[in-house]
Amino acid sequence: MNREKINEFLIEKGLFITAIFSIIIIFTILIFIVMEALPAFQEYGFFRFMFGMEWSPNDDNFGVFTMILGSIFVTFLALMMAVPLSLLCAFFMEEIAPNKVKIFLKPVIQTLAGIPSVVYGFFGLTVLVPLVREYFGGTGFSIFTASLILAVMILPTIISVSQDAIKSVPHDFKEASFGLGSTNWQTIRLIIFPAALPGIVTAIILGIGRAIGETLAVIMVAGNVVQIPGSIFDPVRTLTTNIALEMGYATGLHYNALFGTAVILFIIIIILLIIANYIQNKHGMDIGGGTL
Amino acid sequence: MRKIFGILSIIIVLFLIFSVLSGINVERIDIAGSTSVQPLAEQLTTEYSKNKPNIKINVQGGGSGMGIRSASQGLADIGMSSKELSDDEIKNIDVVEIGKEGIVVGVHNSNPVDDLTTDELKKIFSGEINNWKELGGNDEEIHVITREDGSGTRSAFESIVMDDKDIKNDAIVQSSTESVKQAVASDDAAIGYMSLAHMGDEVRPVKINGIVASEENIANGQYELQRPFLFLVNKDYSNATSEFLEWVKSSEGTKIIEDAKIIPSN
Repeated sequence: MNREKINEFLIEKGLFITAIFSIIIIFTILIFIVMEALPAFQEYGFFRFMFGMEWSPNDDNFGVFTMILGSIFVTFLALMMAVPLSLLCAFFMEEIAPNKVKIFLKPVIQTLAGIPSVVYGFFGLTVLVPLVREYFGGTGFSIFTASLILAVMILPTIISVSQDAIKSVPHDFKEASFGLGSTNWQTIRLIIFPAALPGIVTAIILGIGRAIGETLAVIMVAGNVVQIPGSIFDPVRTLTTNIALEMGYATGLHYNALFGTAVILFIIIIILLIIANYIQNKHGMDIGGGTL
Repeated sequence: MRKIFGILSIIIVLFLIFSVLSGINVERIDIAGSTSVQPLAEQLTTEYSKNKPNIKINVQGGGSGMGIRSASQGLADIGMSSKELSDDEIKNIDVVEIGKEGIVVGVHNSNPVDDLTTDELKKIFSGEINNWKELGGNDEEIHVITREDGSGTRSAFESIVMDDKDIKNDAIVQSSTESVKQAVASDDAAIGYMSLAHMGDEVRPVKINGIVASEENIANGQYELQRPFLFLVNKDYSNATSEFLEWVKSSEGTKIIEDAKIIPSN
């Protein structure tokens, strides 16, 4: 009896420790980044740092606003391309495709997820950049090129997560819909899509996370120019590439400012997560019962 | 269960003993810093440790700034830098120059322009000259490709060519010599600078003030775009480190430096 109690106690605490471990890691990283960034915020001023237009470490100018815009533009454009494509693909695979096609499609999409980002970057640099230069002018290093690469990179994430969401819609819903005489497309559009929406939102958020955090591929094709872009065919620098480009050389305040860039990135991602949670909760209730 | 634990702990203990023992027998030299010097340092150390089994040399990148920092704070035994040190940085560091490297300005193979003055370069990179037409080339906008702030190649280029001017803000930034080369090779209106050691036939080097970027012209100082490769050591360095530095300066080391297209200094 006693022994069982001890066992129970140990297992309970053991699970608790493993569960809390990831939280500890997140907080350790967060505290470390904020501590390292603090001198930059104090000396340069947080708002000047966040909304400053000029980034020239040699003259002690550390404004990251252009890069915030850069990150947002690149991510947003990548989503515009990837979301419709991957949602349609997910519906096709889950609801329409015959098994034979599915067996072929699934591993292909998984392979897409397995390609290292440096390979995507190199492909972009040698193939996409010249193509964009030829057809749209400019140097070819642009928001458009970067988001094209990112769109391909986030496809597998959005497809597979939203596929799971579609799969988990109860079979009864579908049967009831067919029973009322709906066509396949009506069922997908009016029943399965709304029911799977919270999961699909999660999928898109994961895609945003991947896109906004991607560094290596973007460095190679975005041009990394610190400026507010005039069109989608202008080069930009994103927050992540700014850190990766200059970390090797940075000393003193410059070093702290790069950690400051990371803090801004953190804030953006937290805001995104809050929005995602809000959407998820709201739609979860709309569908009713809170069962989904 | 107990058996598995027993075996595991024996393995761990053996592993610890082994690593401690190997740590006693082997002397370590840590080298860190400029990614431009890194390939050369790697070649030197591989060659050096072939004959010295009890010395383990570890080469890391990180950039010239990191090389200077790690040498002055004693984090590494040798720091690598591809730019001259400021008076502030040089405080407790001994500088050993192992060679000089040329910086090549490259254009697309089809570009008819093949000779530029340093003044023209300055105007191109600062944005005063925007079209190849002004330099006797085709009527095409010049696409300037540069390296990131803090890069050794960039700071060398800036101090030799740009003096008081800045490289224009909307120049494309690439993060390595290799990607600058790729970018120039695929764009017939591009211009970029890269180290001589990494040159290939993908891009065409232009003459600077009429002088070809050859090893001879770099050694005799006629070719202006060049920078030093430095090994930095903390003032109280170990015997193993000084032996290694002596070997680098010997004829054996010099040969490796020459093979890497770096011009050794005496």
